[in-house]
Amino acid sequence: MKKRTATTSLTWLALASVSLAAPAFADEDAALVVNGEIEMVTETEAPAHLDGALSTIRSGWTFRTSETQALQMDDFDNPAMVFVDQAAEAWNTADGSEGKSCASCHEGAETMTGLRASMPKWNEAAGEVWTMEMYINDCREKRMGAEPWGWKAQPMLNMTALIGAQSRGLPMNVAIDGPVQETWEKGKEIYYTRYGQLELSCANCHEDNYDNYIRADHLSQGQTNGFPVYRLKQANLIAVHNRFKGCIRDTMAETYSEGSPEFVALELYVASRGNGLTVETPAVRN
Amino acid sequence: MKLTKLTLAAALLAGPAIAEEIMPVDVAYVDGAIESSLTGMPGDAANAPAIMDKGAGNCIACHAVSALSDIPFHGEVGPPLDGAGSRWSEAELRGIVANAKMTFEGSVMPSFYKNDGFTRPGDGYTGKAASGPVQPLLTAQQVEDVVAFLMTLKDE
Ligand code: HEC
Ligand code: HEC
Repeated sequence: MKKRTATTSLTWLALASVSLAAPAFADEDAALVVNGEIEMVTETEAPAHLDGALSTIRSGWTFRTSETQALQMDDFDNPAMVFVDQAAEAWNTADGSEGKSCASCHEGAETMTGLRASMPKWNEAAGEVWTMEMYINDCREKRMGAEPWGWKAQPMLNMTALIGAQSRGLPMNVAIDGPVQETWEKGKEIYYTRYGQLELSCANCHEDNYDNYIRADHLSQGQTNGFPVYRLKQANLIAVHNRFKGCIRDTMAETYSEGSPEFVALELYVASRGNGLTVETPAVRN
Repeated sequence: MKLTKLTLAAALLAGPAIAEEIMPVDVAYVDGAIESSLTGMPGDAANAPAIMDKGAGNCIACHAVSALSDIPFHGEVGPPLDGAGSRWSEAELRGIVANAKMTFEGSVMPSFYKNDGFTRPGDGYTGKAASGPVQPLLTAQQVEDVVAFLMTLKDE
């Protein structure tokens, strides 16, 4: 029976290119330079830990139509920038019982440069892997005496976009060994688990079938270097855990929730698959 | 006389029993194929396009089918189904639709006539946990309708 798989696959690969009326392809060799100055790496050699599962890694930007791509090339066109501006204001606004703002401790947001490229990462004091949201809420609760923000709350989306944007153009470089290794392994296991009644893993869509159309959707490699991304469909920023949730839901499975240990582990693992791609936060998607 | 009556009674009883649906757990796969109809009756190809579009099958999400070209956006995760009725026997197609993993090991194609063995099965597309026993994606009748349609997809 296995023999058949090989033969059929060959036949249909040959057939697939002729019979489909697909939406306009983006120019795959187009270069992403933001504001005429930030040069992005949208395609590069896969990190060694992928062990040949992918030979090259590609930013989600390379899979979008030229119209959507263009929106990310200039901050004047990028609809996410209003949210970044809102966060810049929040950065300087005191909140909570201590009367402090982010700026009280960190000066300008540019002091966050490089952080997004290494996130999520090990938090020594907590003894676990932390995402950007967890660091932000830790500051709000412990240092500002303010209420934590929900993972999907607008101020949280905005702030992760502002902090992420400080690292634009820097290559993703999350650690996968040392204290984070166990979490990374857990994330990897989740990535390859076939969830739900459709029995599909992340890898089934984003490793085995990237560049193929599933209905009207052009499957990307599911990279996270642009998160939070602005989705035209939702007209808002989308956090990475929210995206994971949507993808698992679409396999007719019970999802995990934003901020769950499973999604933190998955975030680390998926981020590591993009090591070498540059941070594009906030990217634009359809 | 008596004998005839008995035979007749047996035949009457057996009639509905033969037409009874085979439940997902009772399906017998031979080399991936399912010999006889899951409903005991032939399917109706006319019902298939709706099932294969955004219906319970959603086959078009992954497969291109020229005969259904009025439906937009055919996917390319699986092979185009044109000529499937020439490449495969009816029993093989029934097996592929019911549980493609019996024919193609590890296939990404979902198993449409299976109701157990899932990891974190959800309540449809809600993202919540399944509230009761999982129903197969297609009914026995729907599987037969799709198979009947696939059999019409012959090489020119
Ligand atoms: C049934 C197919 C399917 C499965 C399974 C799936 N995804 Fe996706 N995913 C999509 C589609 C479609 C999109 C939108 C187009 C794209 O970027 O690929 C998407 C987008 C994404 C994106 C956004 C990429 C970007 O550049 O904006 C990420 C990240 C992602 N998926 C991660 C995952 C992870 C992690 C899993 C497993 C938990 C997963 N996906 C499972 C279909 C799937
Ligand atoms: C998530 C993707 C997906 C969906 C949905 C899907 N299939 Fe498939 N199908 C595949 C893949 C991939 C193969 C190729 C076998 C392999 O290599 O795993 C395949 C193979 C087949 C084949 C044999 C290929 C040939 O023509 O020689 C048939 C027939 C088929 N599918 C019918 C269907 C029908 C009917 C439905 C809906 C009821 C359906 N498929 C839904 C992915 C899918």
